Amino acid sequence: MMKTAISFTVNGRTREAFVPPRMLLSDFIRHELELPGTHVGCEHGVCGSCNVIVDGKAVRSCLMFAVQADGSDITTVEGYSTDAGLHPIQQAFWEEHGLQCGFCTPGMLAAAKELLAANPDPSDEDIREAISGNLCRCTGYEFIINAIRSAGKAMREADIQNTLQPV
Amino acid sequence: MKPSAFEYECPTDLNAVLGFLGEGTDTRILAGGQSLVPMMNYRLVAPERLIDINRVHGLDYVREEDGQIAIGALARHGDIKASALIITHLPIMAEAYGWIAHAAVRNRGTLCGNLCHADPASEMPALMQVLGATMVVSKSAGSRHVPASEFFLGTYETVVGADEMLTEVRIPIPEAGTGWAFQEVAMRKGDYAWCTVAATLRVTEGRITAPRIAVAGLADHAYRLEAQEAELDGAAPGADVFQTVAHAAAEAADPPDTEQISADYRRDLLRTLLPRVLRAAVGRAGH
Repeated sequence: MMKTAISFTVNGRTREAFVPPRMLLSDFIRHELELPGTHVGCEHGVCGSCNVIVDGKAVRSCLMFAVQADGSDITTVEGYSTDAGLHPIQQAFWEEHGLQCGFCTPGMLAAAKELLAANPDPSDEDIREAISGNLCRCTGYEFIINAIRSAGKAMREADIQNTLQPV
Repeated sequence: MKPSAFEYECPTDLNAVLGFLGEGTDTRILAGGQSLVPMMNYRLVAPERLIDINRVHGLDYVREEDGQIAIGALARHGDIKASALIITHLPIMAEAYGWIAHAAVRNRGTLCGNLCHADPASEMPALMQVLGATMVVSKSAGSRHVPASEFFLGTYETVVGADEMLTEVRIPIPEAGTGWAFQEVAMRKGDYAWCTVAATLRVTEGRITAPRIAVAGLADHAYRLEAQEAELDGAAPGADVFQTVAHAAAEAADPPDTEQISADYRRDLLRTLLPRVLRAAVGRAGH
């Protein structure tokens, strides 16, 4: 099968690869880049588990082909934390019990990052709207909402600029 | 759950896209991919070739031209939803976007792609008909202009030929004082509609004029309620006339009867939502 050369940035590192056009970005991230933090749930754009940040926007990686990421800047959940520790949103999910099994969490974090970058002090309604495209079967969502609210507060108090670019 | 193999082209100008479409291969346009890629993942469709238009320059605009809002083939739902032009001139569209998909899907999905996908329960085909949009359908030999009311043929079916592409939608800016409303019932937020009702109208000297109503989720494509529009044109707004037209529209509807939701329930939704929409539109109309 024909493969296409692509180059892109993932979590701050420049990478190059040859991909067949049919390869989904989600599979490429997991199997070729060996970044299994991006979870694949439904593979038809419903569950939100595979959300990653591409060029500053949260997208379903199961609904993009890897070839389309040529020249893009991708951030996966592996790129959120730093040597100093978890990202404040991850920390808040930990502290507020915003996850149980953790399957939906990478997608929830991408949705939360996108929300807090645009709106550092969201209402609960804003938070519900932002995660409405992400399914969670464990938490009943309330703890996730608490976590995102708490992350927003922590980041405002610490004056942390939440950008959608890799750290 | 993986797409079958396909050839991939990624041209950077529109003429090249239209040239590929004219070659006669089993080709699909890849824009946002939010409907096409799931269908490919399920192998409901397996095109031989995809023409990715995401790198075509100058197709992602939302702009005002000659009293119309022109929206290009690559304008994404999220950008349209946030556009000051849309919020100012087409508030019904901004409102409807609250019902359409989710942020990550709106970040990629395009209006023109949504219209070409032509899902029977999609909101925008109804809105384009209410707003009297014109669809610019292009091929190498030139473009034709199709009224939205003639664009949709059936489930996943439009007038766009295999060698054509919907390159732009033109929506006339409604006259000042036009009232509008949009309401929907769906199983979950962002899901396709069980019943969508959208309307615009004006109120002149206590009478409804220029009513336009469209519904989605009730047939194989969104449609105008022309008989009910005729009944409302010139009528004094009021609960009685709203109920009358809603009953007539529900009686005339022939919605799908599915395991999940019965035809009768969809008719009930139309009977309930239509008076609400008309009341809200009259309330917003300049008197």
